[in-house]
Amino acid sequence: MKFAVIVFPGSNSDRDAWYAASHVLGQQAELVWHKDTELGRADAVILPGGFAHGDYLRTGAIARFSPIMAAVSRFADRGGPVLGICNGFQVLLEAGLLPGAMVRNRGVKFSSQHVFVRVEQIDTPFTLACSQGQVLQLPIAHGEGNYFAEPADLETLEANRQVIFRYSTAAGELSDDANPNGSLHHIAGICNRARNVVGLMPHPERACEASLGSDHGRVVLQSAIKAFADQVIEHV
Amino acid sequence: MRARVYVTLKPSVFDPQGRVVADALTTLGYADVKNVRQGKFFEVELEGADASRAQARVTEMADKLLANPVIESYRVEIL
Repeated sequence: MKFAVIVFPGSNSDRDAWYAASHVLGQQAELVWHKDTELGRADAVILPGGFAHGDYLRTGAIARFSPIMAAVSRFADRGGPVLGICNGFQVLLEAGLLPGAMVRNRGVKFSSQHVFVRVEQIDTPFTLACSQGQVLQLPIAHGEGNYFAEPADLETLEANRQVIFRYSTAAGELSDDANPNGSLHHIAGICNRARNVVGLMPHPERACEASLGSDHGRVVLQSAIKAFADQVIEHV
Repeated sequence: MRARVYVTLKPSVFDPQGRVVADALTTLGYADVKNVRQGKFFEVELEGADASRAQARVTEMADKLLANPVIESYRVEIL
């Protein structure tokens, strides 16, 4: 299986994602520069964390106009699995590939810590190998991860089971204290209607080896590999 | 031709930065501060002298890039 990892000017988790896919999970992985217009032969696309284009104007606001994003949109439209991690999630929101928007963390501060998220749905290419309700310990590192959508849009998200990860306690319970940024409905990650595009604020690619404090993130990438092997996702 | 664009968070969106600024003002002794909302301000210089065209162009720019309609609203002034 081949992962394409997009590199924007200011990305800082691109190598982490590339390393996790290639060295930890033994798959092919290629870094793709944001000015490229083709993804090449890719079975899954990762938009990595960082500060694309300096996060000027708004997080992800400039990155969505990078030339590669047209190819990412086409890939997503054809059903190709796309994972947006942290800043990559913000780019997907700005690009309209996922609904909603991010505002500044409730506590205003940049938050860099390990948190727990509960897997809400396992019928996406990035949660297929999880069990329903599984709690993952993953690092977050963001200043703008406070998920917002209008009440009617939140209802639609819930009705369509598009909330994929929620911040929780280690035991999987939802609480205000376990929500690090004030996200509505404790949302840490969502998917699109077609369920092939997933975005989350925590960093699974930085939690793929026990020496990093947690290897719980591995299952997210393993899900994509399983989805590919099971041909849940077809070659696009 | 110059245009001014004011971008603000929609009333339904909590503004943590505005809250912090309001708290700081209260700490400074401005006890009459009830609320602060933080926004963005842009000055756009344009070629041409047609005000209605400028209004339409800058409104389009605000829709496409300067504001995120999910969380923000905007106001355009042509000078």
